[in-house]
Amino acid sequence: MAVTARPARWHRNLSAKIAAIPMIATALVVFVGGTAWTVLYSFTNSKLLPRQKFVGLDQYERLWGSAKWIISIQNLAIYGAFSLVFALVVGFLLAALLDQKIRFEDTFRTIFLYPFALSFIVTGLAWQWILNPDFGVQAVVRGMGFESFTFDPLYNPDIVIYGVLIAGLWHETGLIMCLMLAGLRGIDEDIWKAARVDGIPVWKTYLFIVIPMMRGIFVTAVVLIASGIIKVYDLIVAQTGGGPGISSEVPAKYVYDAMFLSQNLGQGFAASTMMLLSVIIVVVPWAYLEFGGKARRV
Amino acid sequence: MVRKSILTVLMSAAAMPFCMSAQATDLEVTHWWTSGGEAAAVAEFAKAFDATGNHWVDGAIAGSGGTARPIMISRITGGDPMGATQFNHGRQAEELVEAGLMRDLTDIAEAGKWREVVNPPSLLDSCTLDGKIYCVPVNIHSQQWLWLNNDVFKKAGLEVPKDWNEFVAAAPKLEEAGIVPLAMGQQPWQTSLAFQVLLVAVAGPDIYNKVYGDKDAELAGSDALAPVFEAAARARDMSKKSNVQSWNDATNMVITGKAAGQIMGDWAQGEFQMAGQTAGKEYSCLPGLGMNEVIQTGGDAFYFPKVDDAAITEAQGVLANVMMAPDTQVAFNLKKGSLPVRGDVDLTAANDCMRKGLDILAKGNVIATPDQLMSADSVTQINDLFVEFFNDPSITAKDVQTRFAAIVADAE
Amino acid sequence: MSDTIIIKEKPLTYSAAQAARDMSGTATPAGEKGSRVSEGPSGSKPEKTLSRRNIILYGTLIVVALYYLLPLYVMVVTSMKGMPEIRLGNIFAPPMEVTFEPWVKAWSEACTGLNCDGLSRGFLNSVQILVPSVILSIIIASVNGYALANWKFKGGELFFTILIVGAFIPYQVMIYPIVIMLREIGLYGSLTGLVIVHTIFGMPILTLLFRNYFASMPEELFKAARVDGAGFWQIYFRIMLPMSLPIFVVAIILQVTGIWNDFLFGVIFTKPDLYPMTVQLNNIVNSTQGVIEYNVNMAATILTGLVPLSVYFVSGKLFVRGIAAGAVKG
Repeated sequence: MAVTARPARWHRNLSAKIAAIPMIATALVVFVGGTAWTVLYSFTNSKLLPRQKFVGLDQYERLWGSAKWIISIQNLAIYGAFSLVFALVVGFLLAALLDQKIRFEDTFRTIFLYPFALSFIVTGLAWQWILNPDFGVQAVVRGMGFESFTFDPLYNPDIVIYGVLIAGLWHETGLIMCLMLAGLRGIDEDIWKAARVDGIPVWKTYLFIVIPMMRGIFVTAVVLIASGIIKVYDLIVAQTGGGPGISSEVPAKYVYDAMFLSQNLGQGFAASTMMLLSVIIVVVPWAYLEFGGKARRV
Repeated sequence: MVRKSILTVLMSAAAMPFCMSAQATDLEVTHWWTSGGEAAAVAEFAKAFDATGNHWVDGAIAGSGGTARPIMISRITGGDPMGATQFNHGRQAEELVEAGLMRDLTDIAEAGKWREVVNPPSLLDSCTLDGKIYCVPVNIHSQQWLWLNNDVFKKAGLEVPKDWNEFVAAAPKLEEAGIVPLAMGQQPWQTSLAFQVLLVAVAGPDIYNKVYGDKDAELAGSDALAPVFEAAARARDMSKKSNVQSWNDATNMVITGKAAGQIMGDWAQGEFQMAGQTAGKEYSCLPGLGMNEVIQTGGDAFYFPKVDDAAITEAQGVLANVMMAPDTQVAFNLKKGSLPVRGDVDLTAANDCMRKGLDILAKGNVIATPDQLMSADSVTQINDLFVEFFNDPSITAKDVQTRFAAIVADAE
Repeated sequence: MSDTIIIKEKPLTYSAAQAARDMSGTATPAGEKGSRVSEGPSGSKPEKTLSRRNIILYGTLIVVALYYLLPLYVMVVTSMKGMPEIRLGNIFAPPMEVTFEPWVKAWSEACTGLNCDGLSRGFLNSVQILVPSVILSIIIASVNGYALANWKFKGGELFFTILIVGAFIPYQVMIYPIVIMLREIGLYGSLTGLVIVHTIFGMPILTLLFRNYFASMPEELFKAARVDGAGFWQIYFRIMLPMSLPIFVVAIILQVTGIWNDFLFGVIFTKPDLYPMTVQLNNIVNSTQGVIEYNVNMAATILTGLVPLSVYFVSGKLFVRGIAAGAVKG
């Protein structure tokens, strides 16, 4: 424990506990309760309405027998890995650049952040146009005389997911940048002074002093990006509709399509149970490492 | 202003017989008609309903499938239902009816003699479960159309095709001229729409009914159907260079002459009209692809959730009658670009292509839509299959037939 | 945290404690605070001239900014074209004939059934939903984060872990259970219910955000305040809150954007007279049949985005170095 237990221990815990009641209620009732409900109904053949007609593992068998689901998972892995790395790196670099006491910081920050304010439905459409070989970037470059130039990610099943990535990063890096900037602004000036006095190069100061101090911010950023990746849906629908063919399907879309297009709730719940299971496999060991050993460490 | 009030008087006169009480009730109606023409059409319903002394509270939510449906279902199961709601009829609403959440409209339908006036009768059948009527069909949308740009054919030195075979024969010349023969948006429902339109055109309505209606998987996998899948493969080749997503972008390729034709439902006409084109002049339409002149009579319907409030229940009845009233049917369908559900109304304002549709309807050459015959689950599986097929040239006609037959076999 | 850093530990610790004491007692004069904020220090020393460093710095920023602005350019240009011009398909070309008709239509004319008053219809409803939802969710989450980071209690980490897992659940999966829960407590269909839903779904990420930020703050501040006898709420309001303005800005950005752009919860948990502006936006951009007016779509999207955008710009002024950092110097 960080603080030496002073007045009465129960008193201190009481305030915190009362303050945490909404959180505890949410965690137990909504997330645990809702999840249990979902898992339960994944064993039924619910169609339009949730019904308790149990069919065992049928939904799961169909799920893993579906080419669409397998492709969804592969896409999620590719999209997730690239999205995570690029968003963190680019977000941090932009924040570091903005933290150089530059002019027009407000303007630049707003430019980088504004995509976050726009709904996916239409930004997906704008990107779909830009990447369209007939009237987007490819057409413009070819018009300049480079006839063999080919850039049609959305119409090539092998690389379509990267086309989505371009738009996805465009949308989210601004937010990560802001988060990083908030982290950088939380770093004490004296640390920079000290580093300068000691003659440590700027990049080393960032890499070995500042970034480790921002661990909490990075953890937050990773969760923020990762939860966004798992939930990616609108962007795909707006930009590719899952196509060409089924080559840019993602798990969240599989879930929604099953629940609301196919009206096969059971199948949707089975798919979301699988998603949740994989999240738990990652998050719980992390939480154990995070809270299990040392006391107050971020 | 003056015009409006005259209209209101007319409307109220038309609706008067159904207006049992003068009590004004607010009735919330949800639907997914939100684009310009659709909204104007809904306004006709609302106007007619308001004229009965009640008040239409509009709850429009765009996007039929993934967007509007969960909202409607949540509202109904959440115990706070709207007064009336648009819903896909046919198999999709069955469960809500079975769960006892929807109001039985049989008495209203009998009083209004719906059985006699609704044409084709299959529309009312889709609203019926265990002999009771649960919804009001309001229009007919048909899907079996091939839309062609006349100019493109003339420029390539060709006759405008009169059926699918001629169209296929013209394709090589069109391609030489740098024109995409067949425009196709790459959303799953569009590709499977093209397929089932081809199925009816090539194999005929009887086989269609056996496959989609009776789920005859053996027939679906048999040689009798092989030409259909070959035609689909041909359509895939012809649309290879069509790089668009939305159906209206594909229609736009036809309008601007980048493509020669598109298989799409009658709603595509709105785009041609917006671009200032006239049926028979700049563009042609071939119902049933010119092969089997049959149209599928899909359409929209309204359901009325059960409520405790007597005033609302009464207002629901008024609205059901208003929707079925001849005047409202004409006003609504002219704006919507669809066909009325009653055979006994006069549609003088209809254009060339609508007239063709009306003729076919009058002859009774109609079939049900896949939505009416199959569960949403099977329909989605078929959609997924064909979007894959149309985007992956390595899948042969034979492969896709095998997989199609498997889906039909699994269908309930 | 201090063990990771070099030298000067003593003065830092000392002055941090000092600062905390200052704050729990009489606050530092406002003017002094303000001046420190505005000259808030940053990374390395800035150079005034057109140096190589500056060229690289601004060059990079401008190139990146161009990438970010490209889609906006396409959207703005499209929104000022008429439909016939859009059919030509040249998305980068500036409009031959500039028209603001789509903007007018998006704001005040686009129809939804009977109601032809465009986005303006839902604007006030959106504000009515936004304000309480943002305030409540940030208050609850920041107190959660503070309790978790500074006042560890038994079981806290377990609930926190559950919340983090909850951050990954797609919203749509939770619709039916939440409808059932709200129906059972009688809040279904009310504004209160909607505010609660927004608070619930904002909670995982926000709690994480605040917890990690508070945990990274100098522990000495907290200790010193405890020595002075400050309680749970005193420390929260006097020390934690003023020192974490930038993270509150991030929280505001997240919530304002999320709630303002939310469409699904807005329609599921309210009735037509309370529908947010995004319902109208969805109706404009998401129509599946009938003619799709791209110019109005784009105008409507930009118009809807203006509210979060202005919040970014205004609240961005709070992106200052923590006040504690300033106080430490004194």
